[in-house]
Amino acid sequence: MERNLMKGNEALAEAAIRAGCKCFFGYPITPQTELAAYMAKRMHKAGGVFLQAESEIAAVNMVLGAASTGVRAMTSSSSPGVSLKSEGVSYIAGSDLPAVIINVQRGGPGLGGIQPSQADYWQATKALGHGDFQLIVYAPASVQEMVDFVVKAFDRADKYRMPAMILADGLLGQMMEPVSFPEINADAYDKSSWAADGHKFKREHHIINSLYLKPDELENSIVERYKRYDIIKETETDAELYLTEDCDILLCAFGATARVVKSAVNDARALGIKAGLFRPKTLWPFPVKEINEAAKTAKTLLSVEMSMGQMVDDIRLAINCSRPVEFYGRTGGVIPTPAEVLEQIKRIGGTL
Amino acid sequence: MATTEILLAGFGGQGILFAGKILAYCGLTDGKELSWLPSYGPEMRGGTCNCSVCISDKPIGSPLVLTPDILIAMNQPSFDKFVKEVRPGGKVFYDSTLIEADCDRTDIELFGIPSQQLADDNALRGGSNIILLGKLIKETELFSVETMKKGIEKVVPPSKAALIPNNFKAIEIGMSN
Repeated sequence: MERNLMKGNEALAEAAIRAGCKCFFGYPITPQTELAAYMAKRMHKAGGVFLQAESEIAAVNMVLGAASTGVRAMTSSSSPGVSLKSEGVSYIAGSDLPAVIINVQRGGPGLGGIQPSQADYWQATKALGHGDFQLIVYAPASVQEMVDFVVKAFDRADKYRMPAMILADGLLGQMMEPVSFPEINADAYDKSSWAADGHKFKREHHIINSLYLKPDELENSIVERYKRYDIIKETETDAELYLTEDCDILLCAFGATARVVKSAVNDARALGIKAGLFRPKTLWPFPVKEINEAAKTAKTLLSVEMSMGQMVDDIRLAINCSRPVEFYGRTGGVIPTPAEVLEQIKRIGGTL
Repeated sequence: MATTEILLAGFGGQGILFAGKILAYCGLTDGKELSWLPSYGPEMRGGTCNCSVCISDKPIGSPLVLTPDILIAMNQPSFDKFVKEVRPGGKVFYDSTLIEADCDRTDIELFGIPSQQLADDNALRGGSNIILLGKLIKETELFSVETMKKGIEKVVPPSKAALIPNNFKAIEIGMSN
Protein backbone atom coordinates (compact mmCIF):
# COMPACT_ATOMS: atom_id res chain seq x y z
CA MET A 1 0.00 0.00 0.00
CA GLU A 2 1.22 3.50 -0.79
CA ARG A 3 2.91 5.28 2.11
CA ASN A 4 2.07 8.95 2.44
CA LEU A 5 3.77 11.39 4.78
CA MET A 6 1.17 13.45 6.60
CA LYS A 7 0.51 15.28 9.83
CA GLY A 8 -1.83 13.47 12.22
CA ASN A 9 -4.45 16.20 11.92
CA GLU A 10 -4.39 16.08 8.12
CA ALA A 11 -4.34 12.29 7.90
CA LEU A 12 -7.35 12.10 10.20
CA ALA A 13 -9.23 14.61 8.03
CA GLU A 14 -8.39 12.71 4.84
CA ALA A 15 -9.50 9.42 6.42
CA ALA A 16 -12.78 10.97 7.55
CA ILE A 17 -13.51 12.14 4.00
CA ARG A 18 -12.68 8.69 2.64
CA ALA A 19 -14.93 7.20 5.32
CA GLY A 20 -17.83 9.08 3.78
CA CYS A 21 -17.96 12.08 6.10
CA LYS A 22 -20.16 14.52 4.16
CA CYS A 23 -20.43 17.33 6.70
CA PHE A 24 -17.67 18.93 8.74
CA PHE A 25 -18.42 21.80 11.07
CA GLY A 26 -15.59 23.33 13.04
CA TYR A 27 -13.95 26.30 14.60
CA PRO A 28 -10.18 26.89 14.69
CA ILE A 29 -8.14 26.13 17.79
CA THR A 30 -4.50 25.12 18.29
CA PRO A 31 -3.33 22.33 18.06
CA GLN A 32 -6.19 21.05 15.92
CA THR A 33 -6.47 23.75 13.25
CA GLU A 34 -4.74 21.80 10.43
CA LEU A 35 -7.63 19.35 10.57
CA ALA A 36 -10.22 22.02 9.83
CA ALA A 37 -7.91 23.67 7.28
CA TYR A 38 -7.53 20.37 5.43
CA MET A 39 -11.29 19.90 5.44
CA ALA A 40 -11.75 23.43 4.07
CA LYS A 41 -9.43 22.58 1.19
CA ARG A 42 -10.67 19.08 0.38
CA MET A 43 -14.27 18.65 1.49
CA HIS A 44 -16.03 20.50 -1.33
CA LYS A 45 -14.02 18.55 -3.92
CA ALA A 46 -15.25 15.36 -2.25
CA GLY A 47 -18.85 16.47 -2.60
CA GLY A 48 -19.35 17.39 1.03
CA VAL A 49 -19.86 20.46 3.15
CA PHE A 50 -17.19 22.31 5.13
CA LEU A 51 -18.48 25.08 7.30
CA GLN A 52 -16.58 27.20 9.77
CA ALA A 53 -19.23 27.97 12.35
CA GLU A 54 -19.41 31.07 14.50
CA SER A 55 -18.49 29.05 17.58
CA GLU A 56 -17.84 25.52 18.83
CA ILE A 57 -21.39 25.36 20.18
CA ALA A 58 -22.85 26.22 16.78
CA ALA A 59 -20.58 23.65 15.11
CA VAL A 60 -21.66 20.73 17.30
CA ASN A 61 -25.32 21.61 16.87
CA MET A 62 -24.83 21.65 13.10
CA VAL A 63 -23.46 18.13 13.51
CA LEU A 64 -26.64 17.22 15.38
CA GLY A 65 -28.71 18.59 12.49
CA ALA A 66 -26.67 16.88 9.77
CA ALA A 67 -26.56 13.55 11.64
CA SER A 68 -30.36 13.69 11.95
CA THR A 69 -30.59 13.29 8.18
CA GLY A 70 -28.41 10.18 8.28
CA VAL A 71 -25.25 11.60 6.70
CA ARG A 72 -21.88 11.06 8.29
CA ALA A 73 -20.99 14.23 10.19
CA MET A 74 -18.03 15.30 12.29
CA THR A 75 -16.67 18.16 14.34
CA SER A 76 -13.23 18.66 15.81
CA SER A 77 -11.66 20.87 18.40
CA SER A 78 -9.18 20.95 21.25
CA SER A 79 -9.87 20.79 24.96
CA PRO A 80 -11.51 24.18 25.76
CA GLY A 81 -13.55 23.92 22.56
CA VAL A 82 -14.67 20.40 23.42
CA SER A 83 -16.00 21.65 26.75
CA LEU A 84 -18.15 24.09 24.79
CA LYS A 85 -19.46 21.22 22.67
CA SER A 86 -20.56 19.17 25.65
CA GLU A 87 -24.20 20.29 25.56
CA GLY A 88 -24.53 19.33 21.90
CA VAL A 89 -22.84 15.97 22.45
CA SER A 90 -25.37 15.17 25.17
CA TYR A 91 -28.22 16.04 22.78
CA ILE A 92 -26.66 13.85 20.06
CA ALA A 93 -26.44 10.93 22.50
CA GLY A 94 -29.97 11.59 23.77
CA SER A 95 -31.26 11.60 20.19
CA ASP A 96 -29.49 8.32 19.35
CA LEU A 97 -27.55 9.90 16.51
CA PRO A 98 -24.26 8.72 15.05
CA ALA A 99 -21.54 11.40 14.94
CA VAL A 100 -17.79 11.67 15.37
CA ILE A 101 -16.14 14.20 17.66
CA ILE A 102 -12.39 14.80 17.61
CA ASN A 103 -10.46 16.15 20.57
CA VAL A 104 -6.80 17.00 19.87
CA GLN A 105 -6.06 17.65 23.52
CA ARG A 106 -4.04 20.54 24.95
CA GLY A 107 -3.31 21.51 28.53
CA GLY A 108 -6.13 22.65 30.80
CA PRO A 109 -8.13 23.61 32.81
CA GLY A 110 -9.48 26.87 31.47
CA LEU A 111 -7.65 28.09 28.40
CA GLY A 112 -4.68 26.14 29.78
CA GLY A 113 -1.89 25.93 27.21
CA ILE A 114 -1.42 24.74 23.67
CA GLN A 115 1.03 21.86 24.23
CA PRO A 116 -0.03 18.17 24.30
CA SER A 117 -2.05 16.82 27.22
CA GLN A 118 -4.25 13.88 28.19
CA ALA A 119 -6.15 15.65 30.94
CA ASP A 120 -9.52 15.26 29.19
CA TYR A 121 -9.63 11.50 29.93
CA TRP A 122 -12.28 11.94 32.59
CA GLN A 123 -14.31 14.27 30.39
CA ALA A 124 -14.22 11.85 27.45
CA THR A 125 -14.88 8.62 29.34
CA LYS A 126 -17.11 9.76 32.20
CA ALA A 127 -18.97 12.97 31.54
CA LEU A 128 -18.85 14.74 28.19
CA GLY A 129 -22.19 16.39 28.94
CA HIS A 130 -25.12 15.89 31.27
CA GLY A 131 -27.25 12.79 31.65
CA ASP A 132 -26.82 9.03 31.44
CA PHE A 133 -24.74 8.40 28.35
CA GLN A 134 -21.39 7.27 27.02
CA LEU A 135 -19.32 7.82 23.92
CA ILE A 136 -17.10 5.19 22.38
CA VAL A 137 -13.64 6.70 22.90
CA TYR A 138 -10.64 5.73 20.78
CA ALA A 139 -7.08 6.66 21.74
CA PRO A 140 -4.71 6.61 18.74
CA ALA A 141 -0.95 6.41 19.34
CA SER A 142 0.29 6.99 15.79
CA VAL A 143 -0.69 8.87 12.67
CA GLN A 144 -1.76 5.52 11.17
CA GLU A 145 -4.12 4.98 14.09
CA MET A 146 -5.52 8.51 13.64
CA VAL A 147 -6.63 7.15 10.25
CA ASP A 148 -7.71 3.68 11.30
CA PHE A 149 -9.64 4.80 14.38
CA VAL A 150 -11.60 7.56 12.67
CA VAL A 151 -12.74 5.02 10.08
CA LYS A 152 -13.76 2.70 12.90
CA ALA A 153 -15.40 5.54 14.84
CA PHE A 154 -17.69 6.37 11.90
CA ASP A 155 -18.54 2.70 11.51
CA ARG A 156 -19.34 2.06 15.17
CA ALA A 157 -21.21 5.36 15.52
CA ASP A 158 -23.53 4.19 12.74
CA LYS A 159 -23.73 0.64 14.04
CA TYR A 160 -24.76 1.65 17.56
CA ARG A 161 -26.36 5.02 16.71
CA MET A 162 -24.25 6.97 19.18
CA PRO A 163 -21.44 9.52 19.21
CA ALA A 164 -17.86 8.29 19.03
CA MET A 165 -14.77 10.27 19.93
CA ILE A 166 -11.12 10.25 18.90
CA LEU A 167 -9.14 11.39 21.93
CA ALA A 168 -5.83 12.48 20.43
CA ASP A 169 -3.36 15.10 21.62
CA GLY A 170 -1.25 17.92 20.23
CA LEU A 171 1.73 15.67 19.63
CA LEU A 172 -0.21 13.22 17.45
CA GLY A 173 -1.97 16.08 15.68
CA GLN A 174 1.25 17.89 14.79
CA MET A 175 3.64 15.04 13.99
CA MET A 176 4.16 13.52 10.54
CA GLU A 177 4.57 9.79 9.99
CA PRO A 178 4.11 7.48 7.02
CA VAL A 179 0.48 6.51 6.67
CA SER A 180 -1.64 4.37 4.32
CA PHE A 181 -5.36 4.65 3.71
CA PRO A 182 -7.50 1.50 3.88
CA GLU A 183 -10.43 0.62 1.63
CA ILE A 184 -13.62 1.85 3.28
CA ASN A 185 -17.30 0.92 2.91
CA ALA A 186 -19.15 4.05 3.99
CA ASP A 187 -22.62 2.69 3.28
CA ALA A 188 -22.66 -0.38 5.47
CA TYR A 189 -25.71 0.65 7.51
CA ASP A 190 -29.29 1.28 6.43
CA LYS A 191 -30.60 4.45 8.10
CA SER A 192 -33.95 4.59 6.30
CA SER A 193 -35.90 3.57 9.42
CA TRP A 194 -34.98 6.69 11.38
CA ALA A 195 -33.22 9.36 9.27
CA ALA A 196 -35.15 12.62 8.98
CA ASP A 197 -34.28 13.07 5.33
CA GLY A 198 -37.66 14.09 3.89
CA HIS A 199 -40.74 11.84 3.85
CA LYS A 200 -42.01 13.09 0.46
CA PHE A 201 -45.54 12.07 1.62
CA LYS A 202 -44.53 8.44 1.25
CA ARG A 203 -43.96 7.54 4.89
CA GLU A 204 -44.61 8.73 8.44
CA HIS A 205 -42.53 11.56 9.87
CA HIS A 206 -39.24 10.57 11.45
CA ILE A 207 -38.77 12.61 14.59
CA ILE A 208 -35.35 13.23 16.11
CA ASN A 209 -35.82 14.16 19.74
CA SER A 210 -34.17 14.04 23.14
CA LEU A 211 -37.08 15.42 25.20
CA TYR A 212 -39.30 13.00 27.14
CA LEU A 213 -41.66 14.68 29.59
CA LYS A 214 -42.90 11.35 30.96
CA PRO A 215 -40.24 9.92 33.29
CA ASP A 216 -41.03 6.28 32.47
CA GLU A 217 -40.58 6.92 28.75
CA LEU A 218 -37.27 8.65 29.36
CA GLU A 219 -36.21 5.82 31.63
CA ASN A 220 -37.10 3.26 28.96
CA SER A 221 -35.08 5.09 26.33
CA ILE A 222 -32.06 5.19 28.62
CA VAL A 223 -32.36 1.54 29.64
CA GLU A 224 -32.58 0.56 25.97
CA ARG A 225 -29.44 2.62 25.28
CA TYR A 226 -27.59 0.94 28.16
CA LYS A 227 -28.39 -2.49 26.70
CA ARG A 228 -26.42 -1.38 23.65
CA TYR A 229 -23.64 -0.16 25.95
CA ASP A 230 -23.49 -3.67 27.47
CA ILE A 231 -22.95 -5.18 24.01
CA ILE A 232 -20.26 -2.58 23.29
CA LYS A 233 -18.47 -3.33 26.57
CA GLU A 234 -18.52 -7.01 25.62
CA THR A 235 -17.39 -6.68 22.02
CA GLU A 236 -15.63 -3.39 21.29
CA THR A 237 -12.69 -3.26 23.72
CA ASP A 238 -9.26 -3.12 22.13
CA ALA A 239 -5.74 -2.92 23.53
CA GLU A 240 -2.10 -3.55 22.67
CA LEU A 241 -0.13 -5.87 24.95
CA TYR A 242 3.64 -5.46 24.65
CA LEU A 243 6.09 -7.76 26.46
CA THR A 244 3.45 -8.58 29.07
CA GLU A 245 3.85 -12.41 29.04
CA ASP A 246 6.29 -12.53 31.98
CA CYS A 247 6.23 -8.96 33.27
CA ASP A 248 6.80 -8.02 36.92
CA ILE A 249 5.87 -4.38 36.30
CA LEU A 250 3.01 -3.57 33.97
CA LEU A 251 3.07 -0.04 32.63
CA CYS A 252 -0.25 1.36 31.46
CA ALA A 253 -0.36 4.23 29.01
CA PHE A 254 -2.44 5.39 26.07
CA GLY A 255 -1.95 7.68 23.09
CA ALA A 256 1.34 9.50 22.55
CA THR A 257 2.47 8.70 26.11
CA ALA A 258 2.42 4.99 25.25
CA ARG A 259 5.19 5.61 22.70
CA VAL A 260 7.40 7.22 25.34
CA VAL A 261 6.59 4.35 27.72
CA LYS A 262 7.37 1.71 25.08
CA SER A 263 10.86 3.19 24.69
CA ALA A 264 11.27 3.07 28.50
CA VAL A 265 10.03 -0.55 28.63
CA ASN A 266 12.63 -1.54 26.03
CA ASP A 267 15.33 0.25 28.07
CA ALA A 268 14.16 -1.52 31.25
CA ARG A 269 14.26 -4.92 29.52
CA ALA A 270 17.84 -4.17 28.42
CA LEU A 271 18.65 -3.71 32.13
CA GLY A 272 17.02 -7.06 32.97
CA ILE A 273 13.88 -5.57 34.54
CA LYS A 274 10.78 -7.42 33.42
CA ALA A 275 8.58 -4.56 32.34
CA GLY A 276 5.61 -4.71 29.97
CA LEU A 277 3.15 -2.28 28.45
CA PHE A 278 -0.64 -2.32 28.37
CA ARG A 279 -1.98 0.24 25.92
CA PRO A 280 -5.76 0.69 25.77
CA LYS A 281 -6.91 1.62 22.26
CA THR A 282 -10.47 2.06 23.51
CA LEU A 283 -10.76 4.18 26.66
CA TRP A 284 -14.50 3.62 26.83
CA PRO A 285 -15.22 0.79 26.95
CA PHE A 286 -12.11 0.21 29.08
CA PRO A 287 -10.39 -3.06 28.05
CA VAL A 288 -11.00 -4.96 31.30
CA LYS A 289 -10.36 -8.47 29.93
CA GLU A 290 -7.22 -7.30 28.15
CA ILE A 291 -5.65 -5.60 31.18
CA ASN A 292 -6.27 -8.65 33.34
CA GLU A 293 -4.59 -10.79 30.70
CA ALA A 294 -1.66 -8.33 30.55
CA ALA A 295 -1.36 -8.12 34.34
CA LYS A 296 -1.38 -11.91 34.95
CA THR A 297 2.19 -12.04 36.23
CA ALA A 298 2.56 -8.40 37.28
CA LYS A 299 3.27 -7.52 40.90
CA THR A 300 2.82 -3.79 40.42
CA LEU A 301 1.11 -1.62 37.82
CA LEU A 302 2.27 1.86 36.86
CA SER A 303 0.05 4.26 34.98
CA VAL A 304 1.92 6.92 33.01
CA GLU A 305 -0.12 9.83 31.70
CA MET A 306 0.04 13.43 30.58
CA SER A 307 -2.33 14.38 33.41
CA MET A 308 -2.45 14.09 37.19
CA GLY A 309 -3.54 10.45 36.93
CA GLN A 310 -7.01 10.25 35.47
CA MET A 311 -6.78 6.63 34.26
CA VAL A 312 -5.56 5.22 37.59
CA ASP A 313 -9.01 4.55 39.04
CA ASP A 314 -10.18 2.72 35.90
CA ILE A 315 -7.13 0.46 36.17
CA ARG A 316 -7.78 -0.21 39.87
CA LEU A 317 -11.40 -1.09 39.13
CA ALA A 318 -10.48 -3.27 36.16
CA ILE A 319 -8.09 -5.40 38.23
CA ASN A 320 -10.36 -5.23 41.27
CA CYS A 321 -7.59 -3.54 43.31
CA SER A 322 -5.75 -6.87 43.31
CA ARG A 323 -2.32 -5.21 42.92
CA PRO A 324 -0.95 -1.76 43.74
CA VAL A 325 -1.40 0.78 40.93
CA GLU A 326 1.20 3.52 41.03
CA PHE A 327 1.27 6.68 38.98
CA TYR A 328 3.77 8.86 37.18
CA GLY A 329 2.76 11.78 35.03
CA ARG A 330 3.59 15.19 33.66
CA THR A 331 0.88 17.69 33.00
CA GLY A 332 0.16 21.17 31.67
CA GLY A 333 1.67 20.37 28.27
CA VAL A 334 4.90 18.72 29.45
CA ILE A 335 5.68 15.40 27.74
CA PRO A 336 7.30 12.77 30.00
CA THR A 337 10.67 11.49 28.74
CA PRO A 338 11.68 7.83 28.39
CA ALA A 339 14.47 8.51 30.95
CA GLU A 340 11.99 9.78 33.54
CA VAL A 341 9.75 6.76 33.05
CA LEU A 342 12.74 4.42 33.27
CA GLU A 343 13.65 5.99 36.63
CA GLN A 344 10.16 5.15 37.90
CA ILE A 345 10.45 1.58 36.61
CA LYS A 346 13.79 1.23 38.39
CA ARG A 347 12.35 2.70 41.58
CA ILE A 348 9.52 0.19 41.59
CA GLY A 349 11.75 -2.63 40.32
CA GLY A 350 14.04 -2.09 43.29
CA THR A 351 11.23 -2.58 45.80
CA LEU A 352 9.92 -5.85 44.37
CA MET B 1 20.54 0.69 11.39
CA ALA B 2 19.53 1.79 14.86
CA THR B 3 17.34 4.85 15.19
CA THR B 4 19.00 8.10 14.14
CA GLU B 5 17.60 11.02 16.08
CA ILE B 6 18.01 14.41 14.45
CA LEU B 7 17.27 17.81 15.95
CA LEU B 8 17.09 20.92 13.76
CA ALA B 9 16.97 24.27 15.51
CA GLY B 10 17.14 27.95 14.62
CA PHE B 11 15.03 31.07 14.19
CA GLY B 12 11.54 30.94 12.74
CA GLY B 13 11.85 31.67 9.00
CA GLN B 14 15.23 29.97 8.47
CA GLY B 15 13.57 26.89 7.02
CA ILE B 16 14.03 24.59 10.01
CA LEU B 17 10.75 22.75 9.50
CA PHE B 18 11.31 22.67 5.73
CA ALA B 19 14.75 21.07 6.12
CA GLY B 20 13.27 18.59 8.60
CA LYS B 21 10.57 17.71 6.09
CA ILE B 22 13.19 17.00 3.44
CA LEU B 23 14.91 14.57 5.82
CA ALA B 24 11.54 12.96 6.60
CA TYR B 25 10.80 12.51 2.89
CA CYS B 26 14.30 11.04 2.42
CA GLY B 27 13.35 8.43 5.01
CA LEU B 28 10.07 7.75 3.20
CA THR B 29 11.94 7.45 -0.13
CA ASP B 30 14.33 4.89 1.34
CA GLY B 31 11.46 2.86 2.85
CA LYS B 32 12.45 3.67 6.44
CA GLU B 33 10.31 4.22 9.50
CA LEU B 34 10.33 7.87 10.46
CA SER B 35 8.69 10.65 12.42
CA TRP B 36 8.73 14.45 12.10
CA LEU B 37 7.64 16.58 15.00
CA PRO B 38 7.70 20.39 14.90
CA SER B 39 7.67 22.76 17.80
CA TYR B 40 4.41 24.64 17.51
CA GLY B 41 2.99 27.67 19.23
CA PRO B 42 4.68 30.94 20.16
CA GLU B 43 8.02 29.96 18.63
CA MET B 44 6.40 29.64 15.18
CA ARG B 45 5.44 33.30 15.40
CA GLY B 46 9.06 34.46 15.67
CA GLY B 47 11.76 33.40 18.08
CA THR B 48 13.38 29.98 18.23
CA CYS B 49 11.98 27.05 16.33
CA ASN B 50 12.94 23.41 16.34
CA CYS B 51 12.03 20.15 14.75
CA SER B 52 12.61 16.50 15.74
CA VAL B 53 13.18 13.89 13.03
CA CYS B 54 13.69 10.18 13.77
CA ILE B 55 14.80 7.74 11.06
CA SER B 56 14.91 4.01 11.77
CA ASP B 57 14.41 0.48 10.47
CA LYS B 58 12.06 -0.19 13.39
CA PRO B 59 8.85 1.60 14.45
CA ILE B 60 9.62 4.91 16.17
CA GLY B 61 8.98 5.10 19.92
CA SER B 62 8.96 8.60 21.33
CA PRO B 63 9.13 11.07 18.39
CA LEU B 64 10.49 13.82 20.63
CA VAL B 65 14.27 14.14 20.21
CA LEU B 66 15.94 15.07 23.50
CA THR B 67 19.44 13.64 22.96
CA PRO B 68 20.14 13.96 19.23
CA ASP B 69 22.64 11.89 17.27
CA ILE B 70 22.70 14.75 14.78
CA LEU B 71 22.15 18.43 15.57
CA ILE B 72 21.65 21.04 12.88
CA ALA B 73 21.93 24.46 14.54
CA MET B 74 21.21 27.69 12.68
CA ASN B 75 21.46 30.28 15.43
CA GLN B 76 23.53 30.92 18.56
CA PRO B 77 20.83 30.29 21.19
CA SER B 78 19.96 26.93 19.58
CA PHE B 79 23.61 25.90 19.37
CA ASP B 80 24.29 26.87 23.00
CA LYS B 81 21.15 25.15 24.24
CA PHE B 82 21.32 21.87 22.34
CA VAL B 83 25.04 21.16 21.87
CA LYS B 84 25.13 20.00 25.50
CA GLU B 85 22.41 17.42 24.76
CA VAL B 86 24.07 15.76 21.75
CA ARG B 87 24.71 12.06 22.35
CA PRO B 88 28.43 11.08 22.67
CA GLY B 89 29.69 10.21 19.19
CA GLY B 90 27.12 12.55 17.70
CA LYS B 91 27.63 15.15 14.97
CA VAL B 92 26.79 18.84 14.99
CA PHE B 93 26.29 20.86 11.80
CA TYR B 94 26.10 24.59 12.22
CA ASP B 95 26.20 27.87 10.34
CA SER B 96 29.52 29.47 11.25
CA THR B 97 28.36 32.80 9.78
CA LEU B 98 25.95 33.25 12.67
CA ILE B 99 27.37 30.94 15.34
CA GLU B 100 30.49 31.14 17.40
CA ALA B 101 31.09 27.56 18.45
CA ASP B 102 32.11 27.85 22.06
CA CYS B 103 32.13 24.18 23.03
CA ASP B 104 34.77 22.13 24.83
CA ARG B 105 33.21 18.72 24.24
CA THR B 106 35.63 16.22 22.70
CA ASP B 107 33.16 13.34 22.43
CA ILE B 108 31.24 14.87 19.53
CA GLU B 109 32.23 16.10 16.05
CA LEU B 110 31.58 19.70 15.05
CA PHE B 111 31.12 20.64 11.39
CA GLY B 112 30.80 24.40 10.96
CA ILE B 113 30.40 25.92 7.50
CA PRO B 114 29.47 29.53 6.69
CA SER B 115 26.19 28.41 5.13
CA GLN B 116 24.53 31.83 5.33
CA GLN B 117 27.51 33.48 3.66
CA LEU B 118 27.70 30.74 1.01
CA ALA B 119 24.00 31.18 0.28
CA ASP B 120 24.43 34.94 -0.13
CA ASP B 121 27.55 34.55 -2.31
CA ASN B 122 25.73 32.16 -4.64
CA ALA B 123 22.48 34.11 -4.88
CA LEU B 124 20.65 31.36 -2.99
CA ARG B 125 18.61 33.46 -0.63
CA GLY B 126 17.12 31.27 2.11
CA GLY B 127 19.31 28.34 1.05
CA SER B 128 21.44 28.17 4.20
CA ASN B 129 19.36 25.30 5.60
CA ILE B 130 19.77 23.22 2.43
CA ILE B 131 23.53 23.91 2.32
CA LEU B 132 23.74 22.43 5.82
CA LEU B 133 21.82 19.36 4.60
CA GLY B 134 24.45 18.98 1.85
CA LYS B 135 27.17 19.03 4.49
CA LEU B 136 25.18 16.50 6.52
CA ILE B 137 25.00 13.91 3.74
CA LYS B 138 28.70 14.41 3.00
CA GLU B 139 29.72 13.67 6.59
CA THR B 140 27.23 10.88 7.43
CA GLU B 141 25.94 7.69 5.83
CA LEU B 142 22.35 8.70 6.43
CA PHE B 143 21.14 9.34 2.86
CA SER B 144 22.54 9.38 -0.68
CA VAL B 145 22.51 12.51 -2.85
CA GLU B 146 19.89 10.84 -5.07
CA THR B 147 17.62 10.27 -2.09
CA MET B 148 18.14 13.86 -0.95
CA LYS B 149 17.19 15.18 -4.39
CA LYS B 150 14.03 13.06 -4.40
CA GLY B 151 13.22 14.39 -0.93
CA ILE B 152 13.58 17.98 -2.15
CA GLU B 153 11.36 17.32 -5.17
CA LYS B 154 8.64 16.04 -2.87
CA VAL B 155 8.78 18.88 -0.36
CA VAL B 156 9.00 21.86 -2.72
CA PRO B 157 5.37 22.68 -3.63
CA PRO B 158 4.44 22.47 -7.36
CA SER B 159 3.90 26.25 -7.46
CA LYS B 160 7.56 26.75 -6.56
CA ALA B 161 9.00 23.94 -8.70
CA ALA B 162 11.26 26.50 -10.41
CA LEU B 163 13.26 26.67 -7.17
CA ILE B 164 14.21 22.97 -7.23
CA PRO B 165 17.47 23.53 -9.21
CA ASN B 166 18.51 26.15 -6.63
CA ASN B 167 18.00 23.61 -3.87
CA PHE B 168 20.09 21.03 -5.77
CA LYS B 169 22.81 23.66 -6.14
CA ALA B 170 22.66 24.36 -2.40
CA ILE B 171 23.16 20.64 -1.70
CA GLU B 172 26.22 20.60 -3.98
CA ILE B 173 27.68 23.67 -2.25
CA GLY B 174 27.17 22.03 1.14
CA MET B 175 28.87 18.86 -0.06
CA SER B 176 31.91 20.68 -1.41
CA ASN B 177 32.58 22.70 1.74
